[in-house]
Amino acid sequence: MQKVILSGNEAIARGAYEAGVLVASAYPGTPSTEILENITKYKEIDSSWAPNEKVALEVAIGACFGGARSLVTMKHVGVNVAADPLFTLSYTGVRGGLVLVVADDPELHSSQNEQDSRNYAKFSKVPMFEPADSQEALEFTKLAFDASEQFDTPIFLRSTTRISHSKSIVGLAERRSDLPEPKLERNAAKLVMLPGNARKRHYVVEERLQQMEEWACQQRFNRVEKGDGKVGVITSGVSYQYVKEVMPEADVLKIGLVYPLPKQLIRDFAAGYETLYVVEELDPFIEEQVRAMGIKVIGKEKISICGELTPGRLQKALFDKTAPTEDNSPELPPRPPNMCPGCPHRGVFMELNRAKAYVTGDIGCYTLGFLPPLSAMDTCVCMGASIGTATGISKVLSEEEQRKVVAVIGDSTFLHTGINGLMDMVYNQSASTVIILDNRITAMTGRQENPTSGYRLNEQETYKVDIEQLCRAVGVEHVKIIDPYNIKLTRKTIREEMARPETSVIITNRPCMLVPRDNMDKRMPLYVEHDKCTGCKTCLRLGCPAIAWDEKNKKSNIDKIICVGCKVCQQTCGFDAFLECE
Amino acid sequence: MSDVKNILLAGVGGQGTLLASEVLSEVMMMAGKDVKKNEIHGMSQRGGSVTSHVRYGEKVFSPIIPEGEVDILFSFELLEAKRYLPLLRENGQVIVNNLKIAPPSVALGKQDYPENLAEEISMQFPDTKVINGLDLALEAGNPKTVNTVLLGALSKVLDVDYQLWIDALKKMVPAKLLDINLKAFELGRNAA
Repeated sequence: MQKVILSGNEAIARGAYEAGVLVASAYPGTPSTEILENITKYKEIDSSWAPNEKVALEVAIGACFGGARSLVTMKHVGVNVAADPLFTLSYTGVRGGLVLVVADDPELHSSQNEQDSRNYAKFSKVPMFEPADSQEALEFTKLAFDASEQFDTPIFLRSTTRISHSKSIVGLAERRSDLPEPKLERNAAKLVMLPGNARKRHYVVEERLQQMEEWACQQRFNRVEKGDGKVGVITSGVSYQYVKEVMPEADVLKIGLVYPLPKQLIRDFAAGYETLYVVEELDPFIEEQVRAMGIKVIGKEKISICGELTPGRLQKALFDKTAPTEDNSPELPPRPPNMCPGCPHRGVFMELNRAKAYVTGDIGCYTLGFLPPLSAMDTCVCMGASIGTATGISKVLSEEEQRKVVAVIGDSTFLHTGINGLMDMVYNQSASTVIILDNRITAMTGRQENPTSGYRLNEQETYKVDIEQLCRAVGVEHVKIIDPYNIKLTRKTIREEMARPETSVIITNRPCMLVPRDNMDKRMPLYVEHDKCTGCKTCLRLGCPAIAWDEKNKKSNIDKIICVGCKVCQQTCGFDAFLECE
Repeated sequence: MSDVKNILLAGVGGQGTLLASEVLSEVMMMAGKDVKKNEIHGMSQRGGSVTSHVRYGEKVFSPIIPEGEVDILFSFELLEAKRYLPLLRENGQVIVNNLKIAPPSVALGKQDYPENLAEEISMQFPDTKVINGLDLALEAGNPKTVNTVLLGALSKVLDVDYQLWIDALKKMVPAKLLDINLKAFELGRNAA
């Protein structure tokens, strides 16, 4: 068998390939994004970016109703968006297998909350597998498709950041080629969820969960690993790896299907121990169900619900208060991520700061506009929330304060769920200003295509949504397009539109400077003429990584290697000290 | 006792730590070891603090290195080496690129970049190797080969067949950049 090193995400993509998947759809979201990016390697699979997670799931549902195996992937908060179809899909069941991969982000490495998706399994009554390394990520993906068809249900595959982004050795197999050809087949009683039909399906769902629970007690993915017999541990996912690291002698019940839990297996296992631990990240999901069975366990009274686990944190929580954790690093200058040199968002946020705008923000690179020295973001809740929030806050403010409210949203986020907010803003006649930072890419997650970019996931050219026309079509009368590298124009436009007592939209038109195909003409980097620099530090308010303060000479300096020549700094300088290199 | 060896790569976004950890993992797999590697990515922005954990041995469980069990801290920047020193074992080793990259608070003149880091680290960990990565990369012919120079230095202190490194580089570096990277690797290896 061929062995390779794969990340959890690459392994899921490979698993989907081997399982015979024909359609895959997703909206990018860390830490799930690379699954679809890797699926593009397999030409047998039709893979695509959808404008949001709800659409992605609906595309997968359609393919599954057509008889194909289909995959849909998203980050944890994406399931909130996709929840509507999900809960009813649980009732319809499937035709071809359908697997929804959800990647949670304990510790919030790149997310706005730390929700535990296992609760969605219970809530939506959709079974959930949870792999503990890349090999299991591949195998469980295949198992999930088989189980989906065997039990006529969608299946969750839950990953976490540490599973998705860890690499380990994986054995590869061939793609399945014995699946039935997709074709139309009508089954309205099962697929048309009117009350009369759905009422009957609910009974089917409950029965299915019962059957799966019994089945799961006999399957290898739920297994007991014998240690020295002194203590027992129930665990799953990456927590299993930390248990093996910290408690190598313990007897372990490793759960592969975290919902529905194999209750009889748990009962049999638990009977053997005075001391039984449940080790899991985030919510006491397994623990509460085990306790409800009347079994005494040690769990969340010792292990924090907040944050991710590490070997050190587990050691500290259970045994050793002096165990080292990573939190003891000395006080050093921090190094947070920053907008790139030449990022077209930078000047916009500097001007919002200067205009003292109250900025309702959104999810994307531009959320970094919150950080000093730009410091121009006042709220950020979820994808698309900026516009609705601006409408709502404006309702309760004086006319003077209303003018300060500006919603800021990126192109991809605008199409994801922002457009609905804009319809509401116009329909209900809010006087707020919306800035759409159109860099023609979904930048934050690593530059994925979207309906404004003109390209598909497979890099094929396609139609491009015209954001200006879209705004006009929903009724925005005042739409202005500006070059955000032109600071004077940016300043003037922001101030004019903030003062306007009607809904207005400003669209910035510079592409992400990391996207080679749209990159600006080769420009020369700048340098600071020290004879002219007065040391006023105005340019430092941009927070550009290419500009650094020279404490010895009391002047600014530019790092020519990373400067891309956007010239925004040149326009902030009152002394003409920023010059182009020859 | 476990024979697992733990290497923590540290650096600044955009420095090529990711490719270095890929090559290292590939080498260890080719050497017949179980390997796990973990890093946090997802923010495409440049300039953030970046780490990558590589663990190898007979059987590796946790993809992240248990705190205080780093055998080798392999850092592409001085301040980032200093930042992760507390994770090192008592008799651990540091391989560090002799390079300072100012973090935002330093660039804004609000904090000072700590002085004499290389000396301080070498005092605390006598096995420390300070590599002039950029100089050697320029000597190899491309400033972007700093990561390969540093890998060369790392290869010197790891007990793996030299040829495996060369095979891994051939497999993972784009063909037109291979010669320059092989040269960078040698320069780094000789400098360690």
